[in-house]
Amino acid sequence: MTLKVVVVGAGVVGAACAFHATSAGLDVTVVDRGAVGSGTTSRGEGNILLSDKEPGPELDLARLSRALWDEVGEELGPDSFELDRKGGLVVASTTEGLAALGGFAARQEAAGVRVEPVGEVRDVEPHLAPGLPGGIRYPQDAQVQPVLAAAVLLRAAVERGARFHPGEVTGAVTGREGRVAGVRTAVGDVLPADAIVNAAGTWGGEVGRRLGAPVEVLPRRGFVLVTEPLPPMVRHKVYSADYVANVASSDAGLETSCVVEGTRGGTILIGASRERVGFDTTMNPAVITRLAAQACRLFPFLRETHLIRSYRGFRPYCPDHLPVVGPDPRAPGVIHACGHEGAGIGLAPATGALVTAHLLGRPWRGADPAAHTGLLPNRFLTSGGAPE
Amino acid sequence: MSESTDLIVVGAGPAGMAAAVTALAGGLRVVLVDSGTAVGGQYWRHPPEHARAAIPTDDLHHGLREYRALSQALSAHSRRGRLDLRLAHHVWSAVREDDGFAVHVVDRRDAPRETAGVLRAPRLLVATGAYDRQLPFPGWDLPGVLTIGGLQALLKGGGVAAGSRVALGGTGPFLLPVAAGLAARGVDVVAVCEAAHPLAWLRHPGPLLRNPAKWTEGARYGATLARHGIRVHPRTAITRAEGGDRVTAVRIASLRPDGSPRLGTERQVQVDAVGVGWGFAPQLDLLVPLGCALTDAPDGNAVVAVDGGQRTTVPGLYAAGETCGVGGAALAVGEGRLAAESVLADSGAAPVLGRRGLSAVRSAVARQRGFARAMALAHPIPPAWPAWLSDDTVVCRCEEVTAGAVRSACTGGGAHDHRQVKQLTRAGMGWCQGRMCGPAVHCLTAQEQAYTPAERLVATPISLGALADIDEEH
Ligand SMILES: Cc1cc2nc3c(=O)[nH]c(=O)nc-3n(C[C@H](O)[C@H](O)[C@H](O)COP(=O)(O)OP(=O)(O)OC[C@H]3O[C@@H](n4cnc5c(N)ncnc54)[C@H](O)[C@@H]3O)c2cc1C
Ligand SMILES: Cc1cc2nc3c(=O)[nH]c(=O)nc-3n(C[C@H](O)[C@H](O)[C@H](O)COP(=O)(O)OP(=O)(O)OC[C@H]3O[C@@H](n4cnc5c(N)ncnc54)[C@H](O)[C@@H]3O)c2cc1C
Repeated sequence: MTLKVVVVGAGVVGAACAFHATSAGLDVTVVDRGAVGSGTTSRGEGNILLSDKEPGPELDLARLSRALWDEVGEELGPDSFELDRKGGLVVASTTEGLAALGGFAARQEAAGVRVEPVGEVRDVEPHLAPGLPGGIRYPQDAQVQPVLAAAVLLRAAVERGARFHPGEVTGAVTGREGRVAGVRTAVGDVLPADAIVNAAGTWGGEVGRRLGAPVEVLPRRGFVLVTEPLPPMVRHKVYSADYVANVASSDAGLETSCVVEGTRGGTILIGASRERVGFDTTMNPAVITRLAAQACRLFPFLRETHLIRSYRGFRPYCPDHLPVVGPDPRAPGVIHACGHEGAGIGLAPATGALVTAHLLGRPWRGADPAAHTGLLPNRFLTSGGAPE
Repeated sequence: MSESTDLIVVGAGPAGMAAAVTALAGGLRVVLVDSGTAVGGQYWRHPPEHARAAIPTDDLHHGLREYRALSQALSAHSRRGRLDLRLAHHVWSAVREDDGFAVHVVDRRDAPRETAGVLRAPRLLVATGAYDRQLPFPGWDLPGVLTIGGLQALLKGGGVAAGSRVALGGTGPFLLPVAAGLAARGVDVVAVCEAAHPLAWLRHPGPLLRNPAKWTEGARYGATLARHGIRVHPRTAITRAEGGDRVTAVRIASLRPDGSPRLGTERQVQVDAVGVGWGFAPQLDLLVPLGCALTDAPDGNAVVAVDGGQRTTVPGLYAAGETCGVGGAALAVGEGRLAAESVLADSGAAPVLGRRGLSAVRSAVARQRGFARAMALAHPIPPAWPAWLSDDTVVCRCEEVTAGAVRSACTGGGAHDHRQVKQLTRAGMGWCQGRMCGPAVHCLTAQEQAYTPAERLVATPISLGALADIDEEH
């Protein structure tokens, strides 16, 4: 009998899980209380990055994911979700910074990332400020339009037999030996399930709790700035080397290190701040002015460019800044796929493939559960089975 | 000065002027901010000070006595240093901070130079008015097709008539002053197409009878139009604009009760400009991010929810005028006074209006709101309006998104509201950020619900350099 899978969450991660699981022949229902991509997926920038990741479990997932985005592009058409293999450029602002960046890049290269040292950064990005000592080009960095990506993946899943069920998941129905047998929604529906995938992003902690498998997923607020449309001025995704330190940081305060990139529509995106303020939606003009100042330092022409919009979202993060992907031993049948922090768009296809591999009990599309044990929920659990 | 400000008022239209004057009279220190170069807002829009002598506009205005009294009071307080009047200052963000508000402005007095700054006060009153609600139709993006508010603004603000043969269309009493104003400047107003049925008013006769001033106003416009031989055609609409480089003709059709064109009634009329207006949408850009509750108004818009004293649900935050629902300048003035009285009371200052005066304003406001409600119900957006659009009609002009693309985002993409349509089609992602196309996209997706604008954290485009400069100060 075909395995019945309910995916909770129709963000890019849930959509990718549905896409891979249906492609593997499983019976999939996606449940979301909102529309496809309406959660954090609509709040991100859509960067698919290897450049910002240190060697380790996340980079391993990211490398697989980068390859799988190309596969998705081949299968569903790269333009349908604006896949742009533009490459990234990380620039140092000081010679010491450049040396540190070089060391970081060397370790990445050893882990299989393609890196290209750049001496004169204005040769590859002509509008950068003068006097920058150098940088590293990462040709594998790419970009997608996140909501389109989620919508395209979910549509493909539906064409292959998956269903979309609008509703808020409130709990699990359990059967023999505590194994999940279904999912309960707020209006009282019960959807039969042999397995439940928790792809609820920033709300993954709460959904896990409702399914009897709590994990700690917290929000990290970020603002993104959007400019008026311009003729192409910024070719790569460009950021300063400080960004790498901020991504991995655990500081509670505001951190900004701007990332500048053009989009197909001609607007320039400037992101992104990182603040730990819970789900506080208040506008913070100090963040906006700080990002603006940093972006203008990188690209002086931006001084005359108008900001037309800003938006914010809440990245889902786990205390150790790694996503949690894999079966939860406390609730047989529950598989987590959340906590991707600022990288969930990039990591979505590999997460979908890895979840599918866990469901099948064998590798799927290059995702081998044995190669990604660092992401398992076990790492948060003491031997007694309770969260630490 | 802003160190010791008691109240910041954003918007110097009828509501903001009245509020500022009342608060000043009560002894408060006020900053009044407006993006325009003169006080008056939309209703009392005037040419810039230096051009007034050359461009007479007095005959286009109503209630100028009140305008002059308010302007003079503002000038007097400004001379005495009680009022800090910030014209050509656009507020791009307003946030709560400690026990009050931080209002972030961009100073455009030396445009195109922009300078960013911050004003702070314990209380904030938002009176940012409304803007034209536009509904696209085939040809609406041709040069020469304007909103009726835009026509009126050109006339009042610069003495400019947008054309010499003009057709007007849409719905609502605002068509009449615009037709009368154009006629007074020698424009041949070839058609005034009112989509509603004239007898729709009779379903709510009470508010009409209780507002005799509106009768007189209506009669005055009627007389002007009759003098110029202009007829208002009820139950008709401009369903298409035609032309090459700019509009040269419109198609006018009679409407069935649901608003769909009656077959065979279409006729072509030669024009060189067109004005279309479907009521107004409140300007809530500053209020939505502040988190105040909204409520549905009868004209299909979400508006700010306020109590009897114009207090929003956010402590210290007040709203007056068309942000609370469209209802004309007299209502805006009344609401401005009530809001200022609440500010005075909440700051422990003595009231300005006596008890009698206050209750007179309250009952006038209640009466005018009743009238506005009746007006909204009598002038709905025709339910069948979406049927006028062909799939290639552009809906979002900034991003060139067509009605067909919006429709397929709803049917194929499962979008249920204008925000989801935006994510899938880019409608509303351009320069205007959906201020223009938002209501139309909403009507194409979820017409049965009230229109709640997308949250806009940046209320006006501002240069990154201006923002960077204030960061460097810290
Ligand atoms: C400012 C910012 C910039 C970013 N930039 C990037 C970037 O450049 N590259 C990148 O890769 N990532 C980026 N991210 C991170 C990325 O957006 C997220 O990691 C990613 O969107 C997470 O996707 P998701 O599918 O897990 O979550 P979501 O998109 O949030 O999806 C979760 C879904 O679950 C649903 N849900 C929750 N609870 C329930 C329930 N009880 N019942 C039913 N449904 C429920 C929600 O409605 C939601 O649709 C950025 C994030 C932010 C905030
Ligand atoms: C284009 C147009 C023309 C109109 N003409 C007429 C007319 O001729 N006759 C008539 O009866 N009614 C007219 N109306 C209706 C008119 O809006 C109201 O009856 C009346 O002016 C409402 O008063 P108010 O004070 O609420 O808002 P408004 O008069 O609209 O005043 C709001 C003010 O706030 C300012 N503002 C808005 N946002 C910001 C910001 N972020 N920062 C700084 N300042 C800001 C604006 O510049 C404006 O001056 C018109 C409406 C529009 C949109």
